[in-house]
Amino acid sequence: MSLEEPSTPELDTGETLEGVDYDALESLLGEYAIGRESHVNAEAFVVRPDEVQAALELLRDEAGFDHCSCVTAQEYEDRYESIYHLRKYDDPTQEVGVVVPTTKDDPVSESANEVYRTADWHEREAYDLVGIEYDDHPDLRRILLPETWQGHPLSLDYDQEQPQVVEFAEHANPLREDHAADAQSDTMFLNIGPHHPATHGVLHLKTTLDGETVADVESDIGYLHRCEEQICQNGTYRHQIMPYPDRWDYISAGILNEWAYARAAEDMADIDVPEYAQVIRTMSAEMCRIASHMLAVATFALDIYGDFTAIFMYAMRDREVMQNLLEDLTGQRLMFNYLRLGGVAWDLPEPREEFFEQTRDFLDELPGKLEEFHDMITSNEIFQLRCVNTGVLDPETAKSYGATGPVARGSGVDYDIRRDDPYGYYDELDWDVVTEDGCDNYSRVLVRMREVEESAKIIEQCVDLLEEWPEDERNIQSNVPRTLKPDADTEIYRSVEGAKGELGIYMRADGTDKPARFKIRSPCFSNLQTLPEMSQGEYIPDLIASLGSLDIVLGEVDR
Amino acid sequence: MSSDNTNTPQTTQEARMGEGVDSRFNSTLREAFGSSPFILTKFDKFMNWVRGSSMFMLQFGIACCSIEMMHTYGVKHDLDRFGAGVPRASPRQADVIIVPGTIVSKFAPRMKRVYDQMPEPKFVVGMGSCTISGGPFQEGYNVIKGAEEVIPVDIHVPGCPPRPEALVYGVAKLQERIANGESAPVTVSPYELEQFGDLDDDELVQHLADQIDEDELVMRYDWAESPSQ
Repeated sequence: MSLEEPSTPELDTGETLEGVDYDALESLLGEYAIGRESHVNAEAFVVRPDEVQAALELLRDEAGFDHCSCVTAQEYEDRYESIYHLRKYDDPTQEVGVVVPTTKDDPVSESANEVYRTADWHEREAYDLVGIEYDDHPDLRRILLPETWQGHPLSLDYDQEQPQVVEFAEHANPLREDHAADAQSDTMFLNIGPHHPATHGVLHLKTTLDGETVADVESDIGYLHRCEEQICQNGTYRHQIMPYPDRWDYISAGILNEWAYARAAEDMADIDVPEYAQVIRTMSAEMCRIASHMLAVATFALDIYGDFTAIFMYAMRDREVMQNLLEDLTGQRLMFNYLRLGGVAWDLPEPREEFFEQTRDFLDELPGKLEEFHDMITSNEIFQLRCVNTGVLDPETAKSYGATGPVARGSGVDYDIRRDDPYGYYDELDWDVVTEDGCDNYSRVLVRMREVEESAKIIEQCVDLLEEWPEDERNIQSNVPRTLKPDADTEIYRSVEGAKGELGIYMRADGTDKPARFKIRSPCFSNLQTLPEMSQGEYIPDLIASLGSLDIVLGEVDR
Repeated sequence: MSSDNTNTPQTTQEARMGEGVDSRFNSTLREAFGSSPFILTKFDKFMNWVRGSSMFMLQFGIACCSIEMMHTYGVKHDLDRFGAGVPRASPRQADVIIVPGTIVSKFAPRMKRVYDQMPEPKFVVGMGSCTISGGPFQEGYNVIKGAEEVIPVDIHVPGCPPRPEALVYGVAKLQERIANGESAPVTVSPYELEQFGDLDDDELVQHLADQIDEDELVMRYDWAESPSQ
């Protein structure tokens, strides 16, 4: 954590030294604000559906809310609602919501795409799953479900047992359209995926090539849309939701994701977490981050070098060590299900000394191993030729697309929720946020490798703390009611720093023991949107390198 | 073996093996054949043994299970020890497809296409609960309830996700079955058009139903009654 004094006496409209002055924001919005709501995380202003752009533009340009982190759509008994969750890259604790209600008969509101580029995909998702339409949207099609899908599955009157016609013949020949096109065309159409080794899962890239150069690339996602939001809405807060976050970003980042849900639910229901449990959470979350970044490096090397080389195998070897530690702690190799609301599932494994020793052994060996990786990857000339100055993403574009995590930090955007909106035990520990100014594929890989070092620093301090912790104060769980029923109409948006960036949860309670709306803000979803900006005009191999450096995981993109 | 040591007495094996056989090629297996360099077997049996002993896997990742699948290929568990650990990126070069993850309506046609592109004989290992029944996502509106709705599956490896050891065991079992020439006839359940939602069975519904080729559908109409639930 940086100890430098913040040196920004220059304040935006509506900003005070303590945070956001919502009354000033309300007067800034003037007659655009037709109402005001109070969410747990921030105040929200109600805006007419035909004045969305103007209101958002004011908030962005005058009040400095340059980060549209999430767009949540939901249906009430009497209306539809889109909520734009805005915050600042400089200080994510300054948040504001913009609520846009539309009528049931005519659910059309103005698109925010002109103001925040990231709204493009978010609004397509809202249209796909909830059924709100957006005026002036450049390309309002289904994004997660097949185009032949009938109905909007998260709307209130959706009948899950209604027939759906999705045919095998639909994808019989994906090149048919291109073959039918004008033979004189100068460009060539190329499908990459959904089954392709470089797409890290089931992503489909529709690429238009001009010679060897990428003229256009369009990501087609939804091949792993597992209805995570619906399943969380059908689960009870206390126990039934927690197993699912493990499966969003499944690259061993389970505890980081669980924390996103735990943080949102704990803040919503006002649950305290014992300090001891917070230290365990912090340690295990950083273990997950190391395992996750290791795999990111391994698969990136797989993309660049094109085969299962030593780098991949070394990374697997080191991940095995980490997975063994996590298995000792949580009982599972991959789907940990370790966090509980108000604490963790159980204390450190006995004998504790053995666990500490094994963890320390790993940390002691880590610098040598990283040295090895640097020798094979970052200081390799071939690797540098492929990665330096390819896939350039400048900071302003990154912000406009809502990029977070190593992708944003590789473009010099100094944004890390762990430091800027602290949770857990992070603000008590000594560590740094890693940024690189290169904006290219190389920087993004470098950020991940250096973040591994920072995570190791955090784990080491946590191990020291846990070792010294008095035996009679090892409280892992606070008192939480058996059935959790937050007050009706409590709304919250909370995020944590996942392995890939800002992982946020929006929840609305309706007084029952299940959330009425559960929305996941996935960092990969926003990060993947930047791919066309990075790869247009570059060669195909650079497109593959850019995709690898984004380190997407499709379970989180599609949810 | 040089020709000028005719005076030294030879064993029967050496005499029968004759000249020109480099000792490098005399593996343990060769020694096991004993004095005779020939074996007599049925062609089918030989082919099955060969198929089971050298399997090329399709490099195919869907969801969470593919992470554990990578670990199975990786250094510690090393599936290649069993003659089944070379991932091929092209389905046209692969014998076995491990289905590692949840299959959703949009992906099912693509997976069937990949499966169709594999040359015969081909085998399928379903990895994880999602390929058995939809697993933890079974109640999702978009989730196919098991890989067998789309392609035939030879071996199911349960777990969420299965440990690498479990996958190794599943693959070893498959090899054993192939080597023994066992292949249970697995049939993919047809997509029966038993009902068209809760609409009345009038002329229009009949007309629509006639237009739909039941074999072509990815998802069953009668999910709630689906036998895989």
